[in-house]
Amino acid sequence: MEPAPPFTDEHEELRRSARGFIERELTPHAQRWEDERWFPDELFTRLAAQGLLGLKYPQEYGGQGGDYLHEAVLCEEMARIGSGGTAAGLGAHINIATPPIWKFGTEEQKQRYLVPAIRGERIGALGITEPGAGSDVAAIATRAERVDGGWVLRGEKTYITNGVRAHFIVTAARTTPEGGHSGISFFIVDRGEGVSSAKLEKLGWHASDTATIALQDVFVAEENLLGELNGGFKLIMANFQWERLAMALGAVGAMQLAWERTAEFARQRQTFGRPLSGHQVIRHRLADLATSLYTCRCVTYDALRRFAAGEDPLKEVTMAKLLTQRACFELMDACLQIHGGAGYMREYWIERAARDARLGPIGGGSDEIMREILGRTLAL
Amino acid sequence: MAATAESVVKPDFKSQRKHFIFTDEHEALRESIRSFAIKELAPHAEEWEETTFPDSVFRRMGELGFLGLDKPEAYGGQGGDYYTSLVLAEEITNANSGGLAMGLAVQTDMAMPPILAFGTEEQKREWAEPAIKGQKILCLGITEPDAGSDVSGIKTRAVRDGEDYVINGSKTYITNGHRADVIVLVTKTDPDAGYDGFTLFLVPMDAPGVIREKRLEKLGMHASDTALLAFQDVRVPASAVLGQVGKGFYHIMWELQGERLIGAAGCVAGAQKCFEKTLQYAHERKAFGREIGKFQVIRHKFAEMATKIESARQMVYVTAWRFNNGEYPVREISMAKLHAARVACEVADECIQIHGGAGYMREYGVERVWRDMRLNRIGAGTDEIMLDVIGRSYGL
Repeated sequence: MEPAPPFTDEHEELRRSARGFIERELTPHAQRWEDERWFPDELFTRLAAQGLLGLKYPQEYGGQGGDYLHEAVLCEEMARIGSGGTAAGLGAHINIATPPIWKFGTEEQKQRYLVPAIRGERIGALGITEPGAGSDVAAIATRAERVDGGWVLRGEKTYITNGVRAHFIVTAARTTPEGGHSGISFFIVDRGEGVSSAKLEKLGWHASDTATIALQDVFVAEENLLGELNGGFKLIMANFQWERLAMALGAVGAMQLAWERTAEFARQRQTFGRPLSGHQVIRHRLADLATSLYTCRCVTYDALRRFAAGEDPLKEVTMAKLLTQRACFELMDACLQIHGGAGYMREYWIERAARDARLGPIGGGSDEIMREILGRTLAL
Repeated sequence: MAATAESVVKPDFKSQRKHFIFTDEHEALRESIRSFAIKELAPHAEEWEETTFPDSVFRRMGELGFLGLDKPEAYGGQGGDYYTSLVLAEEITNANSGGLAMGLAVQTDMAMPPILAFGTEEQKREWAEPAIKGQKILCLGITEPDAGSDVSGIKTRAVRDGEDYVINGSKTYITNGHRADVIVLVTKTDPDAGYDGFTLFLVPMDAPGVIREKRLEKLGMHASDTALLAFQDVRVPASAVLGQVGKGFYHIMWELQGERLIGAAGCVAGAQKCFEKTLQYAHERKAFGREIGKFQVIRHKFAEMATKIESARQMVYVTAWRFNNGEYPVREISMAKLHAARVACEVADECIQIHGGAGYMREYGVERVWRDMRLNRIGAGTDEIMLDVIGRSYGL
């Protein structure tokens, strides 16, 4: 079968090798990492050894010299780990913490942070959300005050993926007293004096170390200002597009895996003298779910194709994020229902998949925020 | 009270509206269960998620008379009507623990009714009376690894051997399975008799050959204990038969009606509680310069939820009224259970969404409600089974 555009045979080859690595090396341990509420840091170096931490980054920084389509393959295949939290921790490093350094960083910053990040030696996190500023990014209250030789940061970040393990946090802070959209800047904050993390317990994503990070008079040197002073909002917006595409791709991958496993369950499980799939309602539900999956794939691939071609597909990416995150959760919920009592038990994979998928309509901009953006792009 | 011109012009949203099925006595009972749940249970809810709730809850509630509200006075019950049981199901949600509410419901509304309805005087004295006092804990064994929705697929066998029966098989997803003193067990006594081949037994859980296997880990309901049980050559006397030999299927189908209705009542009350908690959050949380509840989309979410909860509540109350009047409204109970369970899950999901990132965090408690509620679309008969029952009731 021809690969679906925008993918080519080269991408499918990458897909096979990434999937092989993931299913062999990661998937068998997913349950343990979930139970331990932590996946080991060494995963970063092991992925790096496969070249999987730098697919889209130039070879001069240790990357593979590929592009966003190569990265897209990995985003989709990471769902095969079967642990949303593990995929999220690796994904936060690859898809949200390091891209701003690549795009907005100085050469010196790239050498100091991007190169070791691609090698998996330094782990990154992105720090935007705060207790009082979630969807409303302009409400960020963390302050950066000018001091001799740099800045002093004070504030609190929350819901930060990799928030405990990260060596550096790409942090948004307010650099003007007025604030608002135009008063935000980014800093690369090294873990050190004044930086403390507390892990949060969640509905799902248990293997991920989502944390609250307190910044208490943290000195950040001048050279760690990332991008333009007061130009942080632009950086946030630039990164959101890829983050949301990555989430859409992850949802497509997770839906595919869940559908395959549930269809197999429905063929095997006998009730009322026949397999579950022999009951019309179950057969039709699986048909609906397959259609939903195909819709999500097509919409996501179209947005991806435009993004990779250099268009600015704000509308398409937003639609893909909105559609796929809700559809992914709905598919998981339906698969859980098809499993009946077994679906409620931890022993089967589906209750975890449903818990993990529930983050989709909240994280990376909630459904409500997606609809607000669409309202504006549709001139409403 | 007749409407006056003023009250017509100005609706009073704050007034308490008592439903016609409830009397002042029910309201007083409601108050006492609520304050008990808030004072003695809710403070431990978090801890019990980790440890499961202690057996002492049964004893304490037995002392207070809460385990026999609608049970005959002859066995230590309060002799109340069915609505008293409904009040318990509603107010126990104030314990903030779906698992605890479920463990209690198994005692009062699942395992006990068949003993009182079909049991001999000795069986009632031996099991129902101490269960009402909270001194004995009951569980109910229907589901098996290969027979969930398809109850007729049950394979646990009870074979007559002289004066005794010998039981072999396994049961799963058994609430209270680890702590119970006795199980109301569904078995097959005549494999060739179809629906007429099932028999219920009261099997003491300390009988030789009863093996409590795994404690099952679940999506939610963490405060309840859920067991996988094995029965290996368990020998019980013929006096352990509950009800009539060969009528077990019909006995259990009857039991399921009460179980489903009480479950539906718990869904409505749980959804209401989650709604109120989220309403408070929507008043307090600000984004883009105002309370999030003041955004039209959020306001409409609350309006939708309130309407759904009210529709489920009315279905449950009216169906309970029929049930209390002695009708056997299987179709309406199935509809109420289906609708209330769906509403509860939808409301919990919407409450998470309104909470945003906080909704996903354990600290806020909404994610727990969401996990607990999800069982209601599976347990006591899945949505699909409810739809099948309703569809078939029209001759389809």
